[in-house]
Amino acid sequence: MAGKPREPSVSGAKRRARGNAKAKKPEFKAVIGHLRDEGGAEVFRLVNERVRLGILSALAVTEFLSFADLKQTLGVTDGNLSIHARKLEEAEFISCEKTFQDRRPLTQYTLTPKGRAAFERYLGHMEALIKAMRKPT
Amino acid sequence: MPNFKEGSRKNAKEPLHTHDHALSQLQYIRSTMDGVTRFSAVPGAGIAIIGVTALLAAALAQMQSTRDAMLLVWVGEAVIAGCIGLAAMVVKSRRAGVDLARGAARKFVLALMPSALCAAAVSLALAVHEQTLLIPAVWLTGYGSAVIAAGTHSVPTIPIMGAGFVVAGLAALFVIPEHQNALLALAFGGLHIAFGVHIARHHGG
Repeated sequence: MAGKPREPSVSGAKRRARGNAKAKKPEFKAVIGHLRDEGGAEVFRLVNERVRLGILSALAVTEFLSFADLKQTLGVTDGNLSIHARKLEEAEFISCEKTFQDRRPLTQYTLTPKGRAAFERYLGHMEALIKAMRKPT
Repeated sequence: MPNFKEGSRKNAKEPLHTHDHALSQLQYIRSTMDGVTRFSAVPGAGIAIIGVTALLAAALAQMQSTRDAMLLVWVGEAVIAGCIGLAAMVVKSRRAGVDLARGAARKFVLALMPSALCAAAVSLALAVHEQTLLIPAVWLTGYGSAVIAAGTHSVPTIPIMGAGFVVAGLAALFVIPEHQNALLALAFGGLHIAFGVHIARHHGG
């Protein structure tokens, strides 16, 4: 006897989970949208690293910071800070100015408009992600 | 036999951006931003200027014939110093683009208040009960405690300066009354100038 194929039984919890996923769809789209356009994933990878994110966060609230102040704020070594700062400089997210103060070399970093835009975009992405993953109450 | 299931788990890409990761990144951003304002909110130059006005006040207080008049000169100096400190903090934070109403700067001011207000209240009570000999010690220990508390949200030099004031306050309990004005000058003048210059040179003005 060829009867109707029986649908697999779906528990109440699974059904609710599916419903939640459907409800979250627009937010997930927003998250993915952040990564898709104009090399967003590349920017995300660059900013997502802790030390680089720290450099951008620190420079976002002040006009400029010296190498020593950044090192103290982030609690990293000279070498580590240099490597990550160089990467951000290469991406033109920060600019570096080397001068002398009391005959000592002084390196100061500033956030560029491109860096600020990337940082704000990263923040937007994180907020969208939190909204998308928020548990239903 | 190789455990293919485990191997495939290891090779499988973990989801990069979880809810917890996003939250942790945002918390890190916030704490970093708060940490930076430590360097921007404390006005070293302003503190040094307060020290200079304190030395002038000490000279003026020394000329007074009564103890009450001497203490009144110092009360006037406290008002002037408060205005200078606030103005210097506003100037420095504006120059650095820091919002004083938020972050470490706000915590700094809020931490400074309780001890400073207690010292003011105790001083008033001592003046009412004619126990003015103890007032300099109350000012110095109260201000020192306030600076130590506020210093937890600031550069490490600030709590050390606060400790200097507490030590001076303890000394004021035991020195003879004639030397109290000199001790006030040494603490409010000397410590402010020394630490103010240090902060200005090492923490951006």
